[in-house]
Amino acid sequence: MKSITENPVYKFLLFPIGQILIFALGASVVLSLVTVLLAFIFKFNVTDFDLVERTMLILPQVVINGVTIGFVYATIALGYTMVYGVLEFINFSHSEIFMVGGIVGIQLMAYFEHIGTLATMNEYLVIALAIILAMVVSGSLAVVVERLAYKPLRGAPKLVPLISAIGMSFFLQDIVRLILSLTTGEFNVILPKFGTFDEFWKLAVPGMEDPLRIQIKSAIMVGVAVLMLVGLNYLVNGTKVGKAIRAVAQDRPSASLMGINVNQIISITFLVGGTLGGAAGVLFALKATKLDPFSGFFPGLKAFTSAVLGGIGNLTGALLGGLVLGLLESFAASYLGIFTNGAFGAEYKDIFAFAILILVLIFRPSGLLGQTVGQKA
Amino acid sequence: MNTLFGNFFKKANTGFWPVLIALAFLLIGTFSVYQSPRSLAAFLILMSTPLILYFMKMNMKVKVFIGLMLIVIILPVLGIRNIFYLEVIFQMAVFAALALGLNIVIGMAGLLDLGYVAFYAVGAYSWAIFGSKQLSLLYSVPGAAPADAPFALDPRWFWLFLFLGVGLAAITGILLGLPVLRLKGDYLAIVTLGFGEVIRVLALNLDKPINLTNGPQGITPIQRPPLPPESILQFFRDILEPFVGHVPTDAEFYNVFFYFLALIIIAIAILVATRLEDSRIGRAWTAIREDETAAIAMGIPLVKMKLAAFAAGASFAGAMGALYAANRTFVSPETFSFLQSIGVLTMVILGGLGSIPGVIFGAAAVVLLNIQILQNFSLYLSELRQSDAVIPIINFAWKDLSNQLDPAKYQKLVFGLILILMMIFRPSGLIPAERRKRELVEEKE
Repeated sequence: MKSITENPVYKFLLFPIGQILIFALGASVVLSLVTVLLAFIFKFNVTDFDLVERTMLILPQVVINGVTIGFVYATIALGYTMVYGVLEFINFSHSEIFMVGGIVGIQLMAYFEHIGTLATMNEYLVIALAIILAMVVSGSLAVVVERLAYKPLRGAPKLVPLISAIGMSFFLQDIVRLILSLTTGEFNVILPKFGTFDEFWKLAVPGMEDPLRIQIKSAIMVGVAVLMLVGLNYLVNGTKVGKAIRAVAQDRPSASLMGINVNQIISITFLVGGTLGGAAGVLFALKATKLDPFSGFFPGLKAFTSAVLGGIGNLTGALLGGLVLGLLESFAASYLGIFTNGAFGAEYKDIFAFAILILVLIFRPSGLLGQTVGQKA
Repeated sequence: MNTLFGNFFKKANTGFWPVLIALAFLLIGTFSVYQSPRSLAAFLILMSTPLILYFMKMNMKVKVFIGLMLIVIILPVLGIRNIFYLEVIFQMAVFAALALGLNIVIGMAGLLDLGYVAFYAVGAYSWAIFGSKQLSLLYSVPGAAPADAPFALDPRWFWLFLFLGVGLAAITGILLGLPVLRLKGDYLAIVTLGFGEVIRVLALNLDKPINLTNGPQGITPIQRPPLPPESILQFFRDILEPFVGHVPTDAEFYNVFFYFLALIIIAIAILVATRLEDSRIGRAWTAIREDETAAIAMGIPLVKMKLAAFAAGASFAGAMGALYAANRTFVSPETFSFLQSIGVLTMVILGGLGSIPGVIFGAAAVVLLNIQILQNFSLYLSELRQSDAVIPIINFAWKDLSNQLDPAKYQKLVFGLILILMMIFRPSGLIPAERRKRELVEEKE
């Protein structure tokens, strides 16, 4: 038995992928059941059509959307949760790091379109290049931000770096806007059209009239996110650097006494978080197709909510939190309007995340899985 | 260089020199603003008078006299002469009150509230809904309102709503505080940020199922409280006409009237804040800010004190909100964005956490920066763009400068820079709190 758990293929490939699958399936099934139950309860409220039937009809699509966006949230949330684990500090500007990644990715594709090679290039290669460039840029930006705005404040009261991070977040938003408007004359960036990503794979499911439609984009988003998560899992649990990160998170002074270069490890943490954020930015851009310097704000907040929901400082928790939040949001956006007969609609989905955050913090401040880093009084 | 300036300052700060300098600034400032109402430099000279009053040693009575002259007589008269300054000083007053309120929450009790503008919104919408035609339009679609709908309340109800705004905002503060105050600083920041967004989204979307807030279009017109009786107005008209060059209109009187109302609220805010600072509650807040665990051990009722801080801070915002709604006769959700919350935070940080003169200075400085200095800079750049001037060494023609470079639009950049730089180089603010000064003195000994 021991030999299986020690086997690296199992430990770093099968186990995490299995875990991700279980989380995604589990969260989807639980939330679907709750929704169907709610549909039965709210049936009296809707007279125009059969609520249960309508609910069942759109359910698969809602779940797919939720899981897709959930993986993006989870990838961003890892950046928050890693930094929190190491420094006990909310890296407010992470949402802007994510936004920069998305914009850089789109700009690269726009550049390919500009020089005329976009149509002839392999579409997957384009996306891979965009993601890699975004990872490099976002990762370096995160390290620079840490050096400039957070490092001088280490050891200061907690509010001080937090306020600096808020300032950095605002500063980055407008600096990106300034650069974009000075170079292109406009600060909205739009994903160029290429490839076949908007098309659907149709999967015939026995027992259903319509085939299940999965957009190729969604599959790419999920695939890349899973790759990132597995890679991160290996980095943190399978390498020497990962061990050092965990040691610094657990006890900084002792780690430094053991010969770990704490400053370097903190930089690496920001680098890893930023890299993940950059990749998530490109994935988000694929879905949103249009970004501006302020579009990092809400996804960033939701990713933070995911991190808290799962238990901040806990990497597995961030994954679960992201999936649950993505699904919840997708359900809220699709069903709130139907269930309340149009009184409330999808426009409340952005504040839905906050409602969940507040509820979690009241009833379970350490999050769903949080035992790693609780709130230290 | 520093000591030279220091010596000079010391010399100038003795005897009757301070009074002379302050009067000189006051008179030169007044005269130059009067002569050239568009000049930014003139206004800056005038607005540096309060700083001189604050930093230089002189008789308290003289200080108060000069200060009152400036605030009560000179500013309103200059404001009526050039309506733009009236707007500037009104905004300064509004934001000073907001900054004083936020200062209680952040500076005194150490609770980082990033959704402070939500309380402002509560105050503003409470008078906006009752003081406009909105109550008669509850069941109509936004934009398709009948023109002859009646106002729900007499404008004199405003005075009641000024107090109701205080109460409602305080209650909202307590309601928000109850669940989240168990949380430590950084979580609290996110939750309050979320709460601010929740209030904004509610204001944006509560035009259905019943039309409470009229959605993104906002509520207008909102009634203003009646001006003082005609006989008094006539008296002021006669006095002011030779000074301002025209007969003051009712609109201008309204602006002065709201300015004085804001001043009264600020005066109350300063009074409350100073009295609180060294009171039992204030000391409890300080204890909580410095060390929560120790504070509990000393028997301080933690949740109660935090709630008190939230409610006290929120109430100023509520009063200002009602005032703002009446002054603008219009409220819309966009006024209450996250940017506003950060703007008020920037004022508090710039001036000095916990420092009452500091946050007032911070509010004045940020408002000036926002609506005057950046605007002027933008104008200057656009003038340069139209000229044939060239930057000498790099040989760059101003004409080629992109017209996207408009400093007035980059508030976030300015706020962000202020926050980062203040935190790194001067975390206690430009005018640090007395208490921190005391702490520093003790360390030296």
